[in-house]
Amino acid sequence: MSAAGPCPEPIAQPLARGGEGGRVNGAGSPTATPDPMALAGVCASMGPPVLSLHAAGVTLGATTALTEVTLTLHRGERLVLVGSNGAGKTTLLRLLHGVVRPQAAAQRQVHRSQPARGGVLGAMVFQRPFFLRLSVRRNLRLALWLHGVPRAGREAQARLALQRVGLEVLAERPAHTLSAGQQQRLALARAWALRPEVLFLDEPTASLDPAAKREVEALIDGIAREGVTLVMSTHNLGQAKRLASRVAHLEGGRLLALEPVDRFFGAAVLPAPTRLFLKGELPWTA
Amino acid sequence: MDGMTPNLTPVPTPRHGARRLVGRLFAPAAVAALIAGAALPAAAQDRFIVMASTTSTEQSGLFKVLLPAFRQATGIEVRVVAVGTGQAIDTARRGDADVLFVHDTALEEKFVADGFAAERRDVMYNDFVLAGPKADPAGLRGSDVAAALKKLAGTPQGFVSRGDKSGTHAAELRLWKAAGIEIGAQRPAGYRACGCGMGPALNMAAALNAHVLTDRGTWLAFRNRGELSVLVEGDRRLFNQYGVLVVSRAKHPHVKADLAQQFADWVVSPAGQAVIGQVKVEGEPLFFPNARR
Amino acid sequence: MNSIAQSLPIAWSLVTAADPQLVAVVLLSLRVSAMACVFGALLGVAAGAALAVLRFPGQRGVVALLNTLLALPSVVVGLTVYLLLSRSGPLGEFGLLFTPTAMVVAQSLLVMPLIAALTRRLLVSALEQGGEQLQSLGAGPLLRAGLLLAHERLGLVTVLLTAFGRAVSEVGAVMIVGGNIEGVTRVMTTTIALETSKGDLPLALALGLVLLGVVGALHALLALLQARRGQPVEALA
Repeated sequence: MSAAGPCPEPIAQPLARGGEGGRVNGAGSPTATPDPMALAGVCASMGPPVLSLHAAGVTLGATTALTEVTLTLHRGERLVLVGSNGAGKTTLLRLLHGVVRPQAAAQRQVHRSQPARGGVLGAMVFQRPFFLRLSVRRNLRLALWLHGVPRAGREAQARLALQRVGLEVLAERPAHTLSAGQQQRLALARAWALRPEVLFLDEPTASLDPAAKREVEALIDGIAREGVTLVMSTHNLGQAKRLASRVAHLEGGRLLALEPVDRFFGAAVLPAPTRLFLKGELPWTA
Repeated sequence: MDGMTPNLTPVPTPRHGARRLVGRLFAPAAVAALIAGAALPAAAQDRFIVMASTTSTEQSGLFKVLLPAFRQATGIEVRVVAVGTGQAIDTARRGDADVLFVHDTALEEKFVADGFAAERRDVMYNDFVLAGPKADPAGLRGSDVAAALKKLAGTPQGFVSRGDKSGTHAAELRLWKAAGIEIGAQRPAGYRACGCGMGPALNMAAALNAHVLTDRGTWLAFRNRGELSVLVEGDRRLFNQYGVLVVSRAKHPHVKADLAQQFADWVVSPAGQAVIGQVKVEGEPLFFPNARR
Repeated sequence: MNSIAQSLPIAWSLVTAADPQLVAVVLLSLRVSAMACVFGALLGVAAGAALAVLRFPGQRGVVALLNTLLALPSVVVGLTVYLLLSRSGPLGEFGLLFTPTAMVVAQSLLVMPLIAALTRRLLVSALEQGGEQLQSLGAGPLLRAGLLLAHERLGLVTVLLTAFGRAVSEVGAVMIVGGNIEGVTRVMTTTIALETSKGDLPLALALGLVLLGVVGALHALLALLQARRGQPVEALA
């Protein structure tokens, strides 16, 4: 289903392929014809492709966590994944990042022309960040050491990362004594310190209080403005609206909709499950 | 603004890191290993031989007197591995001992015949006794052990056998045969084979208030007699001969034959025999030296 | 019951008198078992870590075999090592039988499967928590294992203490390969066995109490060191 051009994949995913016996929502919903002017505007602003998935699927044990996902990640974009619990958002993040394998190697493709920022391809902030029983600073230095940064560089970059997220006062504290919000920021610092081209975030503000939520969101926004490509999952549609350039909706391991953010929350003709999802999540919408 | 509580007292930082791991786990262990290592090779420098002997001989306390005397006379240390006679002979057969000191003449002669030793020599003897409940429910008291065993077989009274191919066990089987009883086929009602050493067998007999055949040496040293006492003794068939054999270099070239020979020579010499005669428990001599000149 | 009651004052007098022979026996017990734990750990931790983190065909079978070896009776280990080290055996030329070295060898083989199985369990659990994130940070499988072992160092201490307990309390292996030679290979457990077979039960029990007391003192010392460093005690369990 790929096509040439700056936006290779269709914006709305067909609901069923021939032979799979039926559509996801029964009532059916044809692929929408994208508005060519809006399409051109969105696609022109996106950078070159960084990662792409071609009908990728992921099987974890006995379950199929993802099926037939096709999308291309462009440099500089902010892709936000939404969907209910168990829809496959985390698996998709892990697949894009590379810690989980697709059913066939060809389904995931890395376009590594020149690494824009001189660091790693991707770094991920997991839903529950894991730290070794070390101090905050040592955890950062370990991540840098794992990527071959020499000793002098490690100290400097660790300090920089801590300053970036505002944790330098806690540098000597054992990492596991930090609060949830502080740990999230530390995880962010750790990922950022590796100068990733793509930053993956799995519901980064899910367990935080409103104040911490705002701080972390601001940090993420700041990082994106530096040119880092973002792929983030969230339950918070308001957050999606604030941060995303494109939104993807997942359900049952399938990618049901993929639209630029204003179209997703505005004019786009979305598949019925996506419309239902939006309705369910935005109680104040009529 | 960043969610930190203002007046935070610094938490004492536990030591982190892989280097600390080395310090915490491996250093004490390494120290322990060094101490052990220092201890282990030291022993190899003394002149010593390994003697395979029986538990009854060791537990009688004989070696506590005999071996220091030998060491004083020759400077040679004797390391005793005390196991059942069968195991002791097997140990010597494998070449894991330099000298054999057991009490089963038949097996000793076979050992010589098979070429594992040049000769066997008599060293000393003691006797076996039949011990049983003081009250003597089976009416065995006397000095005819075969008759006693025959009587015992007809009653439900308990009898504990070592059942471990030891010298004592071999003697016990011979005595049952003398009483006309084939233990394999005609096991008496109260017969219990424990497959164990003399001490545990006595423990069991004391606990069950049963009869047991034991060598006098172990009996005299045994402290857990319960209601048991000696019922039958003095029968010529209860005679228990000890022999010493030097493991032959022909079969095991590494054996310390010369040092072992010194032991064998000393233990049958007047000096050694005198020491053997001195070993007493509660005023009674344990063994009777009978080495031939 | 009488013997048990008698054993307490005997145990006390043994400790206070500090008979040099008894002290030597206790020290030998501790040294042999400590060395066995060191060697058992060198092999066991590596094996357990490898089993936790590597994937290879037949892995489940190896894990099942490892768990089966936990039920290996100490006397069987002793017998096997005896046959190996005997002069008539393959390694006889080293003359190691009936020496403390043989006892260390036997006990090392005894505790190695225990250390491997417990380390594997520890690491599998740690990998479930943080394995993927370490992978995300760029650590390969062996590095993940190493980092998580250092992360779970307190758990490892418990593993080693468990192995030490197994080693210092066993009698079957050291009896056969050591020969219970007075002054050379006699340790606490073989002394207890000897006194039992001689019928001196109160003394045997008393020696048992002394053994427990010595190991207990060791653990108390460790707990004290942990407390001084500010580690929570519950982290040990």
